[in-house]
Amino acid sequence: MEEILLTMRGICKSFPGVRALDKVNFTLRKGEIHALMGENGAGKSTLIKVLTGVYPKDEGEIRVEDRPISIHSPQDAQKNGISTVYQEITLCPNLTVAENMFIGRTEGVGVNWKQMEKRTGELLSGLGIPARPKQQLGSCSIAVQQMVAIARAVDAQCKVLILDEPTSSLDDKEVEMLFRLMRDLKSRGVGIIFVTHFLEQVYAVSDRITVLRNGVLVGEFKVENLPQVELVSRMMGKELEGLSDLEKEKSAGALEGETLYQAEQLSSTEARPFDFRIAKGEVNGFTGLLGSGRSESVRAIFAADRVTGGKVRMNGKPVNVTSPYQAMKAGIGYLPEDRKRDGIIADLSVRENIILAMQVMKGFFHPLSKKQMEEFADEYIRALEIKTASQDTPVGSLSGGNQQKVILARWLLTHPQYLILDEPTRGIDVGTKTEIQRLVLKLAEEGMSVTFISSEIEEMLRTCSRLIVMRDRKIVGELRGSELTQSNVMYTIAGGGKENG
Amino acid sequence: MTAVSSTAAPARRREPISNANLLTCISVGIFLLMYITAIITLGGGFNKPQQIFDILNNNAHLIIIACALTIVMINGSIDISVAGVVALVSMVTVMFLKGKLWPAEGMSDGVRVALAACIALGIGLLFGLVQGALIAYLDIQPFIVTLAGMFFARGMITIVSVDPLQLTVKEEPGILEIIQKRIEMYFLGSPNKKGVIIPARMEIGVIVALLVVIIIAVMLRKSKLGRHFYAVGGNRQSALMLGINVRKTRFSAHLISSLLAGLAGFVFMMHNVSGNATNATAGEMDAIASSIIGGTLLSGGVGNVIGTFFGVMILATIKLIVVASGLREPWWQTITTGAMLCFFILLQSVILSRRGKGRPALPAWMKFRKE
Repeated sequence: MEEILLTMRGICKSFPGVRALDKVNFTLRKGEIHALMGENGAGKSTLIKVLTGVYPKDEGEIRVEDRPISIHSPQDAQKNGISTVYQEITLCPNLTVAENMFIGRTEGVGVNWKQMEKRTGELLSGLGIPARPKQQLGSCSIAVQQMVAIARAVDAQCKVLILDEPTSSLDDKEVEMLFRLMRDLKSRGVGIIFVTHFLEQVYAVSDRITVLRNGVLVGEFKVENLPQVELVSRMMGKELEGLSDLEKEKSAGALEGETLYQAEQLSSTEARPFDFRIAKGEVNGFTGLLGSGRSESVRAIFAADRVTGGKVRMNGKPVNVTSPYQAMKAGIGYLPEDRKRDGIIADLSVRENIILAMQVMKGFFHPLSKKQMEEFADEYIRALEIKTASQDTPVGSLSGGNQQKVILARWLLTHPQYLILDEPTRGIDVGTKTEIQRLVLKLAEEGMSVTFISSEIEEMLRTCSRLIVMRDRKIVGELRGSELTQSNVMYTIAGGGKENG
Repeated sequence: MTAVSSTAAPARRREPISNANLLTCISVGIFLLMYITAIITLGGGFNKPQQIFDILNNNAHLIIIACALTIVMINGSIDISVAGVVALVSMVTVMFLKGKLWPAEGMSDGVRVALAACIALGIGLLFGLVQGALIAYLDIQPFIVTLAGMFFARGMITIVSVDPLQLTVKEEPGILEIIQKRIEMYFLGSPNKKGVIIPARMEIGVIVALLVVIIIAVMLRKSKLGRHFYAVGGNRQSALMLGINVRKTRFSAHLISSLLAGLAGFVFMMHNVSGNATNATAGEMDAIASSIIGGTLLSGGVGNVIGTFFGVMILATIKLIVVASGLREPWWQTITTGAMLCFFILLQSVILSRRGKGRPALPAWMKFRKE
């Protein structure tokens, strides 16, 4: 039997109004890579933060090598041999590699940098990390920076190494480099907790998988006993057998109609190259697990991130879309995922928020008259049934659903030919959800093309006539018509065939 | 821009040059270029070594407070109280030396000067302790705290003495002899109209300032505290995660800064031998400008005092050149200073934005060695 390194028993953690962790158990053995999986809000980052002392736990017990420990700060965790390498590099890019390895860990006033550089050189070559001790950290690639952070943790005698989304900004070659390092550490007896969204990477390196959902432990599995499909279904909380396929309300949609928008090998700083087309009057959707690249892809269409390549055609004519303004000019509207950050301007009134995009399109030297603005605002407040005291109410005081409608109104006012809705139904009540879905279908009937993204698969199945499935930032499948069933979507996400997983 | 590549090239070593060193090299290069141009085109005083020493004599205090600013800016903070402290210190020390603070009968002149130096450092220490504590431990914006410090210092000057004070040969001959001692260098001298060699003269304050530059440079480069300054300025959150005591580090930076300001006040007094509420007006702005021209980033984490030293020299030389080219109105100096500052900030942001986007920090034409 393998030696047990770390046990967490009955960990509970509540935030106001939310039970983030409910009696979660977690066990890590010596020389094991243990993947921690779960969808958004599953509690995996809360669990990590409890373990590293960022959050205090409400209940439960943590033992390292069968010795109960209490952790109140990241420093405490480090003293107990628990080191974390975060997705965001927590090193100083303006210092050298050697300085980053040793700063904050030395005793006394003076520092023997010569000796440290020598020691760093030995460590780096021992672990096969392609960096030089005197090199500026900022000039290393992100992957190497991450490895330097790992090397620092290893040198600090860590027993438990937590890697929080280490691969999210690495390319394939760099991921392979990181995996080699992880396997090397594993053979030295370090226990590694690996948090990632990438299913294939989990299966490439992990020995065990622990799945969390909604703050509750789903189970701990050996990798060989948990096929990908089953992992996906456990993460999403849907039993494979009992999947009821909902009746679709929509018509099949003008799937084979005239192509409105077409992108070839479109890529941005965040999204890998992909091909995509949408017909006039079609509603389609991007689906996939969190981090699969679905939002990044639609952001590339609207040029919300810097576009790095690809050809775009609107109505068959090539257009140049490299900024949101050009996208708007080309007739594309985009309702962002994070409405607080990218969408509403909370202190401005409902009217001003509705007029915003329209005004930008017209140019600031052709202001709308006050009367026109009031008319437009009135029309859309009525059409979308926005519940607001008046046009002058600040948007921030509206409910989430009504805020979403205000942004929707903003885009409808510009009369786009193609509207992208990224998670329009997140965090709003059920009634408004169905209203928005119905509205999407109505817009499509009137000839508008819509891309609809939601993390609730049922919602997408109900509204979309075509689903593009993404996994690990690649398009892995396209489902249409009768193929649109929950189990099909899940099999495609998991990467198995239709029959076996 | 050929000057840039030619000056930066000698720094080629095993590692490619870092952004910080590049900015410093640029400032050194520009200083040399400017000075040589001035010698060739303007002649006049510029071809005499004494010109350099005049610049140093007049700006010794500025070199010291610019070093102070460099430290706090590397730390990602700011200190605009320094010039106020300089003025306050010069006023208080002049008063003390004139015996108006308390009658120091029977004390030898040497002891009085030494005591004045202690008072200067004491005032700096006081400012450093209070400002450092407010900034580091109570998390108040450094700008606000030191702005308050600046007003406080300027106000205190008038409370100490409403009238300007001056040390005079008539009243304090012994003291003046001590503090106005000059080092004379005959080998750098130049003949006057009658053909007599006039030695180049350098004040003691310059030696103090140069020592400060060297000590701070070594401290920043080699010591643990020095590297902590860079870490905290580079990324405060990361520094915390790396186990650095961020509060203590920030406190130390402000303590050192104010101590240096006290020292600079004493050096200023040695040069000007007067106390006045308008002494070193806007000195903190000159210090900030010098640091930036020398390659220190206002956003923190990058910079060194060697560059700052050349920043001070560049600013002073520009002003001299402007005057020497016949533009005697004072606003021309301010305008050229503004233009220089603009140019350097532009340069820095170009270099940094390239680094931030994951591209090489240097544009292709500046690349010396392939990674």
